[in-house]
Amino acid sequence: MLRWLIGGGREPQGLAEKSSVQTIGEEQIQNPYTELLVLKGHQDIVRFLVQIDDCRFASAGDDGIIFLWNAQTGEKLYELHGHTHKITAIAPFSSSDITEEKMDLIITASADRTVIVWDCSSGRQVQKASCFHSTVKCLTVLQRLNVWLSGGSDLCVWNRKLDLLCKTSHLTDAGISALVELPKNCVAAAVGKELIIFRLSASNNGSEGWNVLEVKRLVDHQDNISSLVSVNDLTFVTGSHVGELIVWDALDWTKQASECNFWDSSVHPDVQPEIKLSQSPNEISVQHLTSDEECVFAAVGKGIYVYNLQMKRVIACQRTAHDSSVLHIEKLPNRQLISCSEDGSVRIWELREKQQLPAEPVPTGFFNMWGFGRANKQANQAAKKMQENTPMYFLELVGDLIGHSSAVQMFLYFGELGLATCSADHLIILWKDGERESSLRSLTLFKKLAQNGDLQLRL
Amino acid sequence: MISAPDVVAFTREEELEDDLYREPPLPEEYSVPLFPFAGQGANPWAKVAGSKFTRDFILISEFSEQVGPQPLLTIPDDAKVSGTFDLNYFSLRIMSVDYQASFVGHPPGSAYPKLNFVEDSKVVLGDSKEGAFAYVHHLTLYDLEARGFVRPFCMAYISADEHKIMQQFQELSTEFSKASECLKTGNRKAFANELEKKLKDLDYTRTVLHNETEQQKKANDKGYYTTQAIEKANELASVEKSIIEHQDLLRQIRSYPYRKLKESEFHPYEPECALDRADVGGDQDPPASDPAEPGETHLYTHVPSYTPKLIKAKSAKCFDKKLKTLEELCDVYFFTQTLDQLHHIERTFRGDVCYLLTEQISRALLKQQSVTNFLFEDVSFLDEKPPEKQYRGCQGLGQDAIDEKCSEESLAPKVVISLGSYKSSVECVPIKMEQEVENSEEPKMSESVMSEHQENLDYLDADIKGSISSGESIEVLGTEKSGSGLIKSESQASLPVIPSPQAGRSKVGSRRTVSEDSIEVLSTCLSESLIPEDFKASYPSAINEEPYADDDEGGLRFTPRLNPGVDDGQDDASKQESLVQVDAACCIGKESPSFLEPLPELGQKPCEEDGVVRIPPQPYRPAEQGLRGGFPSHDGLSGGVLPYELDSRYLTGSRDVSKSSLDECLDSTSYISSAASTCSDRTPSPAHLACAAGERHRKRAGQNALRFIRQYPFAHPAIYSLLSGRTLIVLGEDEAMVKKLVTALSIFVPNCGVYAKPVKHWVTSALHLVDFQKWKLIGLQRAVSPAGVNVLHALSRYSRYLSILDADSKTLRCPLYKGTVVARLADHRTQIKRGSTYYMHVQSILTQLCSKAFLFTFCHHLHLPISEREPEESVVNRRMNFLKLQLGLANEDIKIVQYLAELLKLHYIQEPGHGGNPLLRFDYVPSFLYKI
Repeated sequence: MLRWLIGGGREPQGLAEKSSVQTIGEEQIQNPYTELLVLKGHQDIVRFLVQIDDCRFASAGDDGIIFLWNAQTGEKLYELHGHTHKITAIAPFSSSDITEEKMDLIITASADRTVIVWDCSSGRQVQKASCFHSTVKCLTVLQRLNVWLSGGSDLCVWNRKLDLLCKTSHLTDAGISALVELPKNCVAAAVGKELIIFRLSASNNGSEGWNVLEVKRLVDHQDNISSLVSVNDLTFVTGSHVGELIVWDALDWTKQASECNFWDSSVHPDVQPEIKLSQSPNEISVQHLTSDEECVFAAVGKGIYVYNLQMKRVIACQRTAHDSSVLHIEKLPNRQLISCSEDGSVRIWELREKQQLPAEPVPTGFFNMWGFGRANKQANQAAKKMQENTPMYFLELVGDLIGHSSAVQMFLYFGELGLATCSADHLIILWKDGERESSLRSLTLFKKLAQNGDLQLRL
Repeated sequence: MISAPDVVAFTREEELEDDLYREPPLPEEYSVPLFPFAGQGANPWAKVAGSKFTRDFILISEFSEQVGPQPLLTIPDDAKVSGTFDLNYFSLRIMSVDYQASFVGHPPGSAYPKLNFVEDSKVVLGDSKEGAFAYVHHLTLYDLEARGFVRPFCMAYISADEHKIMQQFQELSTEFSKASECLKTGNRKAFANELEKKLKDLDYTRTVLHNETEQQKKANDKGYYTTQAIEKANELASVEKSIIEHQDLLRQIRSYPYRKLKESEFHPYEPECALDRADVGGDQDPPASDPAEPGETHLYTHVPSYTPKLIKAKSAKCFDKKLKTLEELCDVYFFTQTLDQLHHIERTFRGDVCYLLTEQISRALLKQQSVTNFLFEDVSFLDEKPPEKQYRGCQGLGQDAIDEKCSEESLAPKVVISLGSYKSSVECVPIKMEQEVENSEEPKMSESVMSEHQENLDYLDADIKGSISSGESIEVLGTEKSGSGLIKSESQASLPVIPSPQAGRSKVGSRRTVSEDSIEVLSTCLSESLIPEDFKASYPSAINEEPYADDDEGGLRFTPRLNPGVDDGQDDASKQESLVQVDAACCIGKESPSFLEPLPELGQKPCEEDGVVRIPPQPYRPAEQGLRGGFPSHDGLSGGVLPYELDSRYLTGSRDVSKSSLDECLDSTSYISSAASTCSDRTPSPAHLACAAGERHRKRAGQNALRFIRQYPFAHPAIYSLLSGRTLIVLGEDEAMVKKLVTALSIFVPNCGVYAKPVKHWVTSALHLVDFQKWKLIGLQRAVSPAGVNVLHALSRYSRYLSILDADSKTLRCPLYKGTVVARLADHRTQIKRGSTYYMHVQSILTQLCSKAFLFTFCHHLHLPISEREPEESVVNRRMNFLKLQLGLANEDIKIVQYLAELLKLHYIQEPGHGGNPLLRFDYVPSFLYKI
């Protein structure tokens, strides 16, 4: 039922980039998503999905409108108008003040240089800030400190009431592309090739005053940093446009490990050099990073790579997981991985341990996922070594979701409620488990019957 | 959907099957001798006994006071239809039963004419010699120039099949009542207009005469009157009397109880909006113009459209004048509406009676299946009152027409204002009469004007009495609500008992007695001699066929006014006023000899209350039990099963009981086939109620589907795709061919909701996911252009949601089907040859599927655990076992039922009025490519 068609490189002619994408047949036993709901509303590319609570999420995109949806029914809850340009960042901000009742807020930043705070329960605009000199490109909420940060050409710190607490000086015209919270009241901001660590410290005078100080600049990346993710309290990871992946210590901001050979097929014995030459920077750029406790999952170009933090090497990969760039990946609790791509598809992968060690004449194209992180060593040696002491992993395609007609920008995993995907075709699709939905409907049906007094149970 | 293929064999179809499937002729020895009367295309069951017309038609006749009974028009308006049938003779026959021509213009004891709001009568007539049987609906229209102001008309549905008339009596009656109400409403409007004009003429004449008399008086100083002066004075007096008479007529026609129409079920025609608006206009208008000085000049400036004429003292002899045509008698808008309705009736009842009956029964049964019937049924076909909606729509469109009418209506009160002046000229207390009249149009609001009601009720009394008494004497099958009005009169009678000045009361009484008199006259006028003896004998049982007089309706009708709170709440002043008005209104009636008589109606009241008259005698029907046993005795069903009941009654009463015994009635099919033995109609049978177009569509779809099944060996997986909710794309270059295929396959597509079928006949652009959500069957253009490449690309991209039938290369790409249901549904070796037959076959199998899906959906334990602890797996097991063992489904058939069940759930859960998100369900199953 499962066919592997990877490894274009092993084809005698060395061509066929297209055929190198792994495909799955129409029969997908493990794919639970057998029902879908199309949510229409947006008039332009939908770029962001953000979860508000267990059953609600917000979507935003280039049309500047934010929609709130019910993830179970697909019902449109609110339509938030306020921005005049496309949305550039969105962050949920659930205030859990002990004094007040729980309020679900979302903060949105737009290219019209405003930031708006919305109340999700009433669908109303709470506050609006428009004192920015440049577009805010990223938003981070520091729940612990009850403040949030906006990153544009400078870094600003705000409290919940949208009071500007402090800000940095003008950093760069390009602006901050990513922000991540670090321990000890620190944040890491990706500014071009540099990674700047800021520290927030309580100011001496005011009760709620904060100061923001630049602590350190890290300049290890060769190119612009494209992704930044915190793994745990001790580690965070960055990825750049040229395929570098650096693991940092979150406390002393030192480089723990780096991997920069995702794209370098020369390390791999069976990949021919032509392919390497044809690779454009776009194909090796680290688009998105996600992690669990053990591994970092990187969307690099069209491929997905699994980097083990302990082993400090790539343990599994799918070089051409999609026909086009992978835009977003997410690790699910059940060892599954979901990726979405510009090719308009969403794929579900499972990280599996290989049962049987391959013997020597293994068709290399078939198991081409090992051997990474051994840049300067002989492939044979690497293979032998791994056979000796490490388990083998591979990413198996267990299902794909085809519905969007254009690039799938992002998705949101709602557990058993399903999966929401958003796309450049202006649509959001809710993918659901058909079996579960069917039994839920039965439940509703019998409830309604009971309400109408038509239900007679005879045991 | 519920069909009986053996019945269908009797229906005829023009576009028959291919010659390919015609069987070779039988060998001589096996052949049955031909039916002697078999002409071209006649079926052996057809009853050809000498009817001279080719198909059923509707005839409208009039009993003209000048030339006697004459046919006016037929529907369809085609000479071929009636053929050699003697319309004149038949008009004579049907009009001769009319009893309502007996109108008395001036009832003895009354100073001025009274109008009867006579109920229509419904009669069934037969003329075995002519081979014609007719449902005859008598009605009267008002015409100021006619004798007694009424013109008797009748509408007759003429058929060669007496069973058809008898069995469809209820339906015919309902439909014709609608037409009649429409016509009468228009007529009342026209009559009121005519009266207004006449009043203006009279008023003008009076002014002229008055002036002349004054001049003569001045010129005359001799102290005695010249004969000329006396003549003038007489003339003036007669004009004034005439004015009062006409005024009264106008008030009577306006006081027609519209509410009655609104309450009763079958007056969809009544353009309520128009009337309401007219009422509103009537209410608002009088204050606008000043009632205090109702000068004629003032009046006429308001109505510039009509210049009054001087009226000669003596009207022309009745044979000199030309009577108005039917069209002139009725408001144009209503006249066309009536004709539309009659055409609708003609279409509805076209065809063989067995077909109509099957249709009605299946419709009645389907209506009960409210949970599942949306799946494969045309819901509009099940709709309760489709024609009404249609007419409503028409009215909505005809906004201009309504506005026009409103303006006409709003003119009326202005004329009414002058009533005050009329009154004053006969030396009555000048009262604002306009209020009274205006209220009479809206009886609900007129608590203060009791006298009006009383008068109305007097008329009603008269009507009702009339119709009842006539019902006793003639074979009247149905007079509407004959009993209901009696209660009204009772409740009415109780009204004046409320403390009131004596003078007013006595006058009320006098008016009431007057009306009573008129009733007497009316009923005596009905002579037995009018009824030909053979007519009476031909349907003895029919006499008792009065439709249920709805007591409740009558009782309820006046409750608002009987409500003591309302009455008590009124201050005395208003009562006083109303009584004074009575005074004014009745001042002409003073000559009445019955002036001082006690109120006879009050005495009558108790006996009427016994309800003896109210409930018409019903024949004992032993068969009904048995009949009801055959069907679930459900309230909603009674309407649909009515044909049976009626039939059993007729059969027991009529001569040919032997033809189908009551036992046979138990078996619906055998009964129907016996009933089918008379086929009056040689025209193709359309559906009852369903529009002919829909019927044709079904027939064509069935035929195409049959062809598809025979042509394509992979029809089964294609149909399975449709039934399991997988969108099927029919891909092809030729639009006509694709559309034909889509039409053929559309009969297998379950509806997702109460909307139209999810079928798109022709698409030229690339498809998206949203389309598969919306449409389950799509005809798609295959183009060679770049756009066409896109289209194909989209198809391959979304292939998991689709089955693709390539009409050009005759291939099908879709999942495998190994079930058995579709094999029964679409057997390519089927012996069925007609499209409509096959359609019914499909519907019956789909009904089976629906019932399985229903069972599956609504069995609690199949979906929910019996106890808290029960694991999910055992529920799943139970579910699968039920599907496999109980429902006997195999393989993919399970998926069909599951899909239908899912649709049922969605439909049931869905909040009314809340669209809900359409969802797309799909499976990850491999597809295969089928080739011929």
